[in-house]
Amino acid sequence: MGRIVGIDLGTTNSLVAWVDRGVPRVIPDGDGRALLPSVVAFTPGGTLVGEPARRQLARNPGQTIYSVKRFMGQGYDDVEAELRRLPWDVMPSAEVVRIKVAGREVTPPEVSAEVLRALKERAEAFFDEPVAQAVITVPAYFNDAQRQATKDAGRIAGLDVLRIVNEPTAASLAYGLERLHQGVVAVYDLGGGTFDISILRVTDGVFEVLATNGDTHLGGDDFDWALVEWLAADIRRAHGVDVTADPEALQELRLGAEAAKCRLSADTRTLLTIPFEGFTYAREIARGEVEARIAPLVGRTLGPCRQALADAGLTAPAIDHVVLVGGSTRVPLVRQRVEALFGRTPRSQLNPDEVVALGAAVQAQILAGGITDMLLLDVTPLSLGLETLGGVVSVLIPRNTTIPTMAREYFTTSVDGQVTVDLHVLQGERELARDNRSLARFDLTGVDPMPAGMPKIEVTFLIDANGILHVQAQEQRSGKAASVRVTPTYGLSEAEVARMVEDSFTHAEADVTARLTIEAQTEAATVMTHVERALRQGGALLEGDERARIEAALRALDEARRGSDRDLIRDRIMALNRATERLAAAMMDTALKAALASRRAEEILDQT
Amino acid sequence: MDDCFAVFELPRKLVIDAEDLRQRFYALSRRHHPDFHHGGPADAQAAALARSARINRAYRALRDPLGRVEHLIAVEEGREVRDASAGRPAAPRELLEEMLEVQEALEEARGDGLGPATRARLEDERQRLLARQAAEEAAILGRAPEWDAAVDGGGDRPTLLGWFKQRLAARAYLRTVIDDLTDALGEARDEHGAHRRH
Repeated sequence: MGRIVGIDLGTTNSLVAWVDRGVPRVIPDGDGRALLPSVVAFTPGGTLVGEPARRQLARNPGQTIYSVKRFMGQGYDDVEAELRRLPWDVMPSAEVVRIKVAGREVTPPEVSAEVLRALKERAEAFFDEPVAQAVITVPAYFNDAQRQATKDAGRIAGLDVLRIVNEPTAASLAYGLERLHQGVVAVYDLGGGTFDISILRVTDGVFEVLATNGDTHLGGDDFDWALVEWLAADIRRAHGVDVTADPEALQELRLGAEAAKCRLSADTRTLLTIPFEGFTYAREIARGEVEARIAPLVGRTLGPCRQALADAGLTAPAIDHVVLVGGSTRVPLVRQRVEALFGRTPRSQLNPDEVVALGAAVQAQILAGGITDMLLLDVTPLSLGLETLGGVVSVLIPRNTTIPTMAREYFTTSVDGQVTVDLHVLQGERELARDNRSLARFDLTGVDPMPAGMPKIEVTFLIDANGILHVQAQEQRSGKAASVRVTPTYGLSEAEVARMVEDSFTHAEADVTARLTIEAQTEAATVMTHVERALRQGGALLEGDERARIEAALRALDEARRGSDRDLIRDRIMALNRATERLAAAMMDTALKAALASRRAEEILDQT
Repeated sequence: MDDCFAVFELPRKLVIDAEDLRQRFYALSRRHHPDFHHGGPADAQAAALARSARINRAYRALRDPLGRVEHLIAVEEGREVRDASAGRPAAPRELLEEMLEVQEALEEARGDGLGPATRARLEDERQRLLARQAAEEAAILGRAPEWDAAVDGGGDRPTLLGWFKQRLAARAYLRTVIDDLTDALGEARDEHGAHRRH
């Protein structure tokens, strides 16, 4: 068997890890970075993934896809409201979200596949051998369609996905391998776009999930948008400009807000400076101001925590350890709320950004037969049911059932000579079919014509260890296997995935050098845009022959980026950065003084 | 019906030590979980998947003491237990009369809306029925050792089984009325009954 890697396919960042002589480790890229930003840019020159894509995001918002995990396995209707604040050209009314980029349409699994392919290449460069098998993590609260979409993404990237593992469970495996916990453990996992809570019993290498709950549309992204709305209103007041109307300005603001949020996890005050076209926005932000905006969002995580406790048949004092996972758990308010709920100081000895990938590597090692004393018993997060007469759901497999699991049900015909039976399978906790998630419609065909009520069709619903549903049907009287035609409600059909696997070879950058050149060219364009803007806004701050020197460096870079000499482009980017160092510092200083002055003015106004 | 007691090599008895059952469950899972049969041939993997699913289902059926009684009745009678709620349970005869009053109160609430007096009355009824349900459950579990003794000593098992069935039916009916009351009181209850079962 070849090497199996563990992948954390995150909303904001993704990682790949392996087990090195019993110790799980993250595989870094050539520059030593562990995190790969989950950002994919479709440019005329080719596709960019990771940091280079993220860096040109504000300049190319319509063609740069980020946080695509939130759209995996979703229908257009589900995410319409969310898509409205994103600058992409999305095809309306399609069941699967389809985004128009660089003259073609891509689906979320194809975008995720670009991220997976970059991680695959990173691992291959690290081991200097092909890597074709992976364990990929997903939020525990992902439904069947979202899991299937993740598996599809792996296939499109040329990976055989041996297992889909739940993120909080993976984190628990990583902690367990280090013998950091034993007993009843609550894993609180708040990432960039999703929230999970899982309660596990950990004893002698057995990791038994007792209950899980969550929200697949709640995370740091939502914190950022809450801040963006607040700051956009402040900018309108201070400068009379609506930055939300301009996609580029909106992305600048979002990135600025995100960075400020991160700084405020360590500091109690921070300065936000964003150079916009025509003016620079600067203000000081206090941690309390951010907390006021995100408190309702943090509050939304507590309901699922209580539900998970109730489903596990436990109360908070029964929890021995609380473990924090995901970048958003760095936010002090999140820690305070979790501590208050469980009455216990949460732990985060392992890096919350890396722990899920490390756990995925542990699971990969279990599958490879390298670890035999650890056993993971996970659950299905949502109840699985069938639509019955009157649109009511009849539950086949209740939520929090240990997987793999199966349920059998018998069906018959209602009309003489009927040769097909239709089933509508749903996931969710609501009583009425229309309030639940439609997974698929199954047509059982090839039933022999018989009088009504005579056929006895046994249908087996199996949820495998990945949390993915399989359906089989058999007519009991003839013993004949009825064929099952599946129409996924929000997924890609088998034919579509096969076509995407083909396409991916066509669109893949055959040559790594070619891609590195495109990255350098794109980076050059981004830097030039910033410098040109700085020259317009900071013109008054220039000294001596500074303008001439900067313009010369700009021209030199412009010339280099038209060629394909990657090292030359990089050198000239650095030269331009050096030429503008003093100007950048002077502009920052001016903005800082203005921000402090306006705060003092506000304080004086407050006192009068 | 698959005999879940047999899966764990246990006799069909109702008093089971939870920790012992869990250890048996873990031991079987270690042998059969698909994670440990990964590299094998496809049919061996499929077989591990099916065995593992059966073990998980059996543990779920026996883990909860009341669910265990329901499962016992199913295997003793050799029929399928449906996890899905197959329609409303019928009212057991001895509950009919007192339930008429509750139904009246419910009708009133539906007709005239929820005044403070009606609300108080429904809330009282609900508390009373919750207590009644708890008493039913305690009574059922209280006679579990009797069943086990009958298994060992050849006592009158059919009569006892019939009694268990009756009490479980009463409990199921009480639960639907409690749900109706909860609905009428306008409290959040939009989830499947299945989850409140245990």
